[in-house]
Amino acid sequence: MTDTITVNGTAHPMPDDPRVSLLDFLRQHIGLTGTKKGCDHGQCGACTVIVNGIRINSCLTLAAMHDGDSVTTIEGLGTPDEPSALQRAFLEHDGFQCGYCTPGQICSATAMLEELAANWPSDASESLEGRMSISGEEIRERMSGNLCRCGAYANIVAAIEEVAAGGKS
Amino acid sequence: MTVYFKQDEPDTSNRLDGMKQGVLGKSLSRVEGLAKVTGTAPYAAEYHIDGCAEGVLVTSTITRGEVVSIDRTSVLSMPGVIAVVDDEKMSTRAAQGTANEAPMQGPRQVCYWGQPIALVVAETFEQARDAAKHLKVEYREDAAAPLDPHAVEPEEQEDETVHQGDLAHAMAEAPHSVDVTITTKGHASAAMEPHAAIAEWDGDKLTVHASLQMPNYNITELADALDMEEDNIRLISRFVGGGFGSKLGLSEEVVAAALAAKQIERPVRVVQSRQQVFQTVMRRSETTQRLRFAADGEGRLTGFGHEALVSNLPGETFAEPALQSSHFIYGGENRELMLKVARIHLMTAGSVRAPGEAVGMPALESAMDVLAEKVGIDPVELRLRNIPERDPEKDLPFSSHKLAECLKQGAEAFGWQKGVRKPRQRREGEWWIGTGMASASRSHSIAEAKARVTLKADGTALVETDMTDIGTGTYTILAQIAGEMLGLQPDQVLVELGDTRHPRGPGSGGSWGASSIGSAVYIACNAIREELAEKAGTSEDRLELADGRTAAGQTLADLLQGKDISQEGHYEPGAIEDDFTAAGFGAFFAQVRVNHYTGETRVDRMLGAFGFGRVLNASTARSQCIGGITWSIGLALTEALEFDPRDGHLVNCDLAEYHVPVHRDVPDLDVLLVEERDGAASQIQAKGIGELGMCGGAAAIGNAIYNACGARLFDYPMTPDRVLAAMPE
Repeated sequence: MTDTITVNGTAHPMPDDPRVSLLDFLRQHIGLTGTKKGCDHGQCGACTVIVNGIRINSCLTLAAMHDGDSVTTIEGLGTPDEPSALQRAFLEHDGFQCGYCTPGQICSATAMLEELAANWPSDASESLEGRMSISGEEIRERMSGNLCRCGAYANIVAAIEEVAAGGKS
Repeated sequence: MTVYFKQDEPDTSNRLDGMKQGVLGKSLSRVEGLAKVTGTAPYAAEYHIDGCAEGVLVTSTITRGEVVSIDRTSVLSMPGVIAVVDDEKMSTRAAQGTANEAPMQGPRQVCYWGQPIALVVAETFEQARDAAKHLKVEYREDAAAPLDPHAVEPEEQEDETVHQGDLAHAMAEAPHSVDVTITTKGHASAAMEPHAAIAEWDGDKLTVHASLQMPNYNITELADALDMEEDNIRLISRFVGGGFGSKLGLSEEVVAAALAAKQIERPVRVVQSRQQVFQTVMRRSETTQRLRFAADGEGRLTGFGHEALVSNLPGETFAEPALQSSHFIYGGENRELMLKVARIHLMTAGSVRAPGEAVGMPALESAMDVLAEKVGIDPVELRLRNIPERDPEKDLPFSSHKLAECLKQGAEAFGWQKGVRKPRQRREGEWWIGTGMASASRSHSIAEAKARVTLKADGTALVETDMTDIGTGTYTILAQIAGEMLGLQPDQVLVELGDTRHPRGPGSGGSWGASSIGSAVYIACNAIREELAEKAGTSEDRLELADGRTAAGQTLADLLQGKDISQEGHYEPGAIEDDFTAAGFGAFFAQVRVNHYTGETRVDRMLGAFGFGRVLNASTARSQCIGGITWSIGLALTEALEFDPRDGHLVNCDLAEYHVPVHRDVPDLDVLLVEERDGAASQIQAKGIGELGMCGGAAAIGNAIYNACGARLFDYPMTPDRVLAAMPE
């Protein structure tokens, strides 16, 4: 027990109120509003963050459950001066419009590529075992928990494919 | 200085094409893009304001009646609770787009299930949410609350009615006729950012950060609701997390936050829950549409009928304008058009992306597919044969017309197989595979707009307007227009939007934003160019500017001699609106797979070809198109609001039960931008593209379902149960 949550490398004290979701902790308590609240019910993915290397919906978990955990948010992936490869690819492929689902898409894609690299299978995989191939269909399946109402999906997939392929296609 | 220009004539000067910077129309990345991808762009609820309290709306659990009493003591002793607000000025519905007056007020009168009736304010969100759930409310219920649009006598929208010739006679005489009834379910905008407001008072001055599409109208609506002067209100909407019509009019949380902040003398934030957004803002009306055609032996229309029944609450002026493009897209001298609205007590109906054509065009284009089959000709050819020379009802010329080019270029690019079509020609395992097409049409709108452009002494520029960017690309295209006119790279142009301290724009809605505010920026820049030309000793039409220099090599900073030039452009559409019928046109082509055993439909590929005037940024324009096509997929296959027939409450009021397309539902999409200049559409020869991409696309999918498996459906969405029921043995 550390009574702290580490966010983007900085330790923060836990909130007093056990009802505070991890999402509201990030947005309201420590001012990291890059993580978005779209539905508060785990249905849209806008609040996706990476906890101990795994992507989760931060609205579906209480901050109190993350004592000692390490959380990475969109602000921890890159900055306007030093964007991550995915952030840059989203910009170049116009993988967003209003931008509200975007931090969740990017956090999700960041962790999703790790899952692919670790050969986790998905519904789109030809086999449950062995090496997973990176295809548009794999990316679409694995990103389906992140809704984009502007309808930028085709461009989001193109951005992720470029990064998955190791740079500019 | 303000430069006013009323456009009575089409622009034929092509001035923007004569400029030398060469940035307009290019696929530039969004200027605000880095802020969005790094999570540093602040949306309405994300401003840190000291001492801000949190408000949560309480909504009605009856359909119609009266709030008799609210027991404040039931929650005021709970931890952190500050106040229960049920001010008579609270708004109970969102304003309709461009209402320009207060929305419906008086929370004690309940007109629909889920209507806001009070606001609970507490120190924290968790406290307010808990208290809102525990607030004890006593109601008096009114039993008479009709919910079924077919069970009441509807009102005719007389300005939509057309009786021309004799359609019944034409149908009786024609070698080919079609008479079908097509239904669509209600839809939700479901913008990803929930409606939110932070209100703060400084004496009698009110500042609200809110998520709004049209601050220029919303400020008037708020002033009227609060009985204030507009000069005492400032609305800020710099980033809007999607709108799609749901943020056109002032929504309930804005008024509630303002009243609560006044009452408790502290800033108050109110964010609607996802369920509240679904229930309290706007639904697109369900529709029942009858399409009737009479055609000669070659498929040329001699008669055209389109009637629609839609619904709304009593007191609402909006009626889903499903016939909007039917008035002009196809010929046929015998015409019957009629729109009726049923007054029922479901939640407010209003604008959801592409009001009118979003549902009218899929119905029309489904019926056209039936006609093509009856006549025995290619469905593309059927459309080509029925494009009128002039508006068939008003006898006006079209401002421009790219339907034929879009049909031809789209068919070519898609690999459309011409000829008479038969269903069930291709099967792979359990899957039937087929293709379908549809025309696209969206009537063009244009609005008055103001923007200030300042060319700074250092040679950079500033554009200021209260216009919004709701994901449409406004920040970027205004930087491109100003950059093109003033000879600057767009990154040398700072665009400030969404603040009512700036000159009033048109707001984002009805696809009119870019062409309207772009024209205002163009006019301001033109006036700046005239001043620059004088300083450079030449005339405006000879002034060539690129990369901050004149053709003679003088820098802008040299010309300006330390002084800014500031001009406000004021654009107003004049006779161009009355002298032409203007619309964006296009064509959709889709290939689908339909599972023989489950009735599931998957879209394999889809293409849209669109002509909408000048393209301001090929990348953001294409993004608008793929967004629209994505909505077409949702409309065709999954999206449907479901209301409880007993009390009218919206049952599927969240993103798990209301099925917007997800990543895996959307294949790679092809978009053809069929470039044109439409000088009668706006001063910058542009029309809108925010909605055209969903004006008919669902029918391309529906028609492809028929071509694939032989299931002819007349009800959207075409869910697996419906497809299976219509599937031939």
